Amino acid sequence: MIPLGHYLFVSGVLFSIGFAGVMLRRNLIIILMSLELMLNAANLSLVAFSRFRVDPNGLPNYNAQVFVFFIITVAAAEVAVGLAILVALFRARQTTDVKDISSLRF
Amino acid sequence: MPPFLFWFFASLTLIFAAAVVINRNPVASALSLVVSFLGLAALFVSLDAYFVGIIQVLVYAGAVMVLFLFIIMLLNLQAEERRRTNWIAAAGGGSVALILLIEIALTIGRFEAARKTFPPISGSTTDDVRKIGAALFRNYNLPFQIIGVLVLVATIGVVLLSKRQPR
Repeated sequence: MIPLGHYLFVSGVLFSIGFAGVMLRRNLIIILMSLELMLNAANLSLVAFSRFRVDPNGLPNYNAQVFVFFIITVAAAEVAVGLAILVALFRARQTTDVKDISSLRF
Repeated sequence: MPPFLFWFFASLTLIFAAAVVINRNPVASALSLVVSFLGLAALFVSLDAYFVGIIQVLVYAGAVMVLFLFIIMLLNLQAEERRRTNWIAAAGGGSVALILLIEIALTIGRFEAARKTFPPISGSTTDDVRKIGAALFRNYNLPFQIIGVLVLVATIGVVLLSKRQPR
């Protein structure tokens, strides 16, 4: 049987990959995809803990899965708004590269 | 679930997640993200979370990825041209991610419960949609309605943002 730690480790590696994507890539679309990876890493550890904590009825703890549902909803809304901002930016500047968007940089 | 299926789907998820970050072509990145999400959905199903697994496929691999691909093709984004990389900044960002990974691994290693396997479940999990729905509408009714308002605000915001401004 697979212990809980394996799932947590997969979740941690997934989060680190997403974090590295946000830090290293300069394409805004890839940065948004990496944000999705990080949110999904959090979902994976929540579901693993939900299965790990079996309540007296012999069922997984469904509170964590409700939380995952909320996270998925927020992530979908975030992607929609982020991509709308991206399209507006592309109309104004014809670029999706974060290096070209430096008007507000100190 | 047999252990080799866990290893198969976990490596599928992680390899294609890395491919998302490594690929230069945004379309290839988006398609790798689909495969990564499908592997993650299989991991959810292996944890007896059928509803979350199905939602993962429907919302992420379906709706969100179509949105990504649609935007990539609408903007006609090509593979980005190679620019001069700022090696110091890249090394800094990569090392921060690496330090984060090491810290997570150390924390899991010190976590006692992480070495235990999952306890068996005696109840039926095939009707988990009903149980999650009951929890959603009883215990989490207010957060559920706040999420509804959030989705409404996001919809209005997207319409406002993508409307062409009169010049």
